[in-house]
Amino acid sequence: MMKAEEYNTKIKPNFCPGCGDFGIWLALKNVASQLGLDSSNTALIAGIGCHGHILNFTKINSIEGLHGRPVPVATGIKLVNPRLNVIAFSGDGDCLGEGGNHFIHSCRRNHDINLFIHDNAIYGLTTGQTSPRTPHGMVTKSTPEGNKDVPLNPAAMAITAGATFVARTFCLEPKHMEEIFTKAIKHKGMSVVQILQTCITFNKEYTLDFYRENVYKLPDDYDPSDKVKALKKAMEWGEKNIPLGVLYEEKGKPSYEDQLIDISKKPIVDTEPVVKDVTELFKAHV
Amino acid sequence: MPISSLFTLKIGGEAGQGIKSAGLLFGKVATRSGYWIFNYTEYPSLVRGGHNMMQTTISSEEVTAPTLHTNLLIALNQETIDLHHHEISDGGAILFDKDKNFDTSKVKTTVNIIEVPLVALAKKVGGMELMSNTVALGASVALLAGDIKHLRNMVEEEFGKKKPAMVKINQDAAQAGFDYIVKNYSQDIQQVIKPRENPEPKMIVNANETTAMGAIAAGMQFYCAYPMTPATNIIHNLAPLQQKYGFIYKQPEDEIASINMAIGAANAGARSMVGTSGGGFCLMAEGYGLAGITETPLVIVNAMRSGPATGLPTWSEQSDLLMALYSHQGDFPRIVLAAGDPEEAFYLTMKAFNLAEKYQTTVLLLTDKLICENDQSYHFFDYKDFVLNRGKYTIKKQDNYNRYELTDDGISLRSPLGVGNFFIANSDEHDAEGFSNEGIENRNQQMAKRMKKMEICKKEDMDGPTLFGPEEAEITLVSWGSNKGSILQALKEFDNVNYLHLTMINPFPVEQVAERLKKAKYLINVEQNFTAHMSKIIKQTTGIEILDNLLKYDGRPIYPEEIISKINQVLGR
Ligand SMILES: Cc1ncc(C[n+]2csc(CCOP(=O)(O)OP(=O)(O)O)c2C)c(N)n1
Repeated sequence: MMKAEEYNTKIKPNFCPGCGDFGIWLALKNVASQLGLDSSNTALIAGIGCHGHILNFTKINSIEGLHGRPVPVATGIKLVNPRLNVIAFSGDGDCLGEGGNHFIHSCRRNHDINLFIHDNAIYGLTTGQTSPRTPHGMVTKSTPEGNKDVPLNPAAMAITAGATFVARTFCLEPKHMEEIFTKAIKHKGMSVVQILQTCITFNKEYTLDFYRENVYKLPDDYDPSDKVKALKKAMEWGEKNIPLGVLYEEKGKPSYEDQLIDISKKPIVDTEPVVKDVTELFKAHV
Repeated sequence: MPISSLFTLKIGGEAGQGIKSAGLLFGKVATRSGYWIFNYTEYPSLVRGGHNMMQTTISSEEVTAPTLHTNLLIALNQETIDLHHHEISDGGAILFDKDKNFDTSKVKTTVNIIEVPLVALAKKVGGMELMSNTVALGASVALLAGDIKHLRNMVEEEFGKKKPAMVKINQDAAQAGFDYIVKNYSQDIQQVIKPRENPEPKMIVNANETTAMGAIAAGMQFYCAYPMTPATNIIHNLAPLQQKYGFIYKQPEDEIASINMAIGAANAGARSMVGTSGGGFCLMAEGYGLAGITETPLVIVNAMRSGPATGLPTWSEQSDLLMALYSHQGDFPRIVLAAGDPEEAFYLTMKAFNLAEKYQTTVLLLTDKLICENDQSYHFFDYKDFVLNRGKYTIKKQDNYNRYELTDDGISLRSPLGVGNFFIANSDEHDAEGFSNEGIENRNQQMAKRMKKMEICKKEDMDGPTLFGPEEAEITLVSWGSNKGSILQALKEFDNVNYLHLTMINPFPVEQVAERLKKAKYLINVEQNFTAHMSKIIKQTTGIEILDNLLKYDGRPIYPEEIISKINQVLGR
């Protein structure tokens, strides 16, 4: 088992001072340490954006892929080696803009992977253009007259698309994040975690104070198994009305990988590839 | 054997009339009787309706191309007669339903008309109208002096397990057609598929089938592909075989997902392949370079069709060659191969897996619609000499592991995710461990390391071009892909023409090609595209400019006859 600080790499985190991504990274290391995640049992994947840098700072083997594409990369890994914990980090632009198609379909297929969306409602790395999460009317570098688009709701989308674990957490609530990450990783099936993340440099609307004012934690007696209620909860967004917690959880539904008869017993990569005799196939064409 | 003495049977009708399966059954009757065949099929991008055509060319020698002429035309509708009657050779025949009153007024008088009550005979044995094509097959077997036993056996193999009740009816339908000819047209019977002594078994395969077989034989573990003609049938071939041969096929949401899934799977240690056609490859272009910079072994099959955009979706072209070489920003090592027939597709697919893992990069295999969907007869392929090579690869935990360590040959020790070796397969430029690094020295070293792999590949694994025909020749043809078959067929008519066939596109066998072309007296480049991609590559790499290009981009094959007439024109005949 590695201690949290043993996940540090030679690269010092270079997020902007005060960036919400620091909190996410710290929570990840704590959870990894508690669950014993390392390069022998886990693979991390990220897209491109500020969020993607997290891989450079975390000592677990990983793939930093293309903008918008971490989800299919994660899926490919899980299909051939379902033994691994597969965690994909994505941004709101990465996941809902460039990679929207992959997001919907991975939920639908209920792959046993974890998708952590760093939702700062802005394009961070490209220095502040509107994203699919940017609120209507907000002034950004690409919308000087105010954003004319309406934001998407990834939690609600994940629920309707078929993900079996959908949660929301906040980057300045370390304990809550750790609890949610842990539950997501332990869940069998597609887990989507929307992490409300502050971008102190480019998002002056969804600030620390804004979230402190408006988020609340779901009460203990909230039942996440009712899909319609969960959807209603996920759609709450407003003054003092942004719920955090496990919004939806469906237990016991077979994941995509569970349905692969042979593979669920023995991962495909556990058998070394060998030259195969295809004479039978030749014969079938005589 | 000159092209004019090859026998071609053509069957045409509407989509949904079972044209393709009838053609394949007929081909098998011929191969089981000891002959070689080549099947060529044409169909529009429709499931039902529209004109479908399949032709089988038969010979006692190996046959590698379709012919322009037809000897026996089986017309299941009027359109077949209207479209194809002029292709029938003198002394040839046209067979159709006696009760259909088709208009044959335009058919030449040198063509025999053979009328068989196809539907009536089908109904008489208790079958449906659709079975008239089986009656027509039985009649054709009789007309060509074949043994009806082969057709009866095949009907049994086809329906035996699934629909036993269909066996007898179909056999009776075939027999009825056969008997009708023997009784009414015995004077028209020709000795085309008269059974030969002890025929060796031959399979009838196209390149989609052999690509699938080659991938399985080479130990493929993951295939990811979104349907697109003409690559779709690779899916249909592979999907049912997953359990038996131990691999996974996944249909993703799009081609972008396809290549990214495969990159994930390959980094987790699985031998992986994706397949698509040009449009899908455009979507994969971004992932192409991701595999390059992360040094991920990946086999990509691009089955070419006519472009641009949707183009002619069910027709052939060879216009993706430059895209294979130049798509994606930046330089990375990319191995590009091109198959000229189903046999080459088989061996090159196998080779592609080894090259991908040895050089830890992409290997793109180009096929084209013609080889993907035309069937050719072959003896069984022999690959007992094939040795599976995973290159520098370990699943053991290493001390101080560096995934992208600088080495003399540019190839570093690869380890999959999940065995305890830390690395980042990083799309950003990275250092030896995989950490993002924008330093000048690091960039120069990592670029040089990756590109070095191409140099080593050129030395150790590059196939030279193949020369067919005589050493000394008046004309040297240059080509690649499916034109191979037509050119080889055409070459049989000349003793002073040879052919340089290319299968390795990158690294390109510059020296061998240059040496051969310098010796040539007259060069003709043959290609199915508008701008002569191969001529461009040859000029760029060797400085030799081929001035005479035989180009075609109407989606149809370059027929042997067209090559013959081109050669004759140049020879001044
Ligand atoms: C194909 C492609 N288009 C555009 C970009 C440029 N790009 C990099 S990150 C990014 C958006 C980042 O926003 P988000 O995904 O929300 O991540 P954040 O930086 O906010 O964490 C863009 C547009 C790219 N790398 N690739």
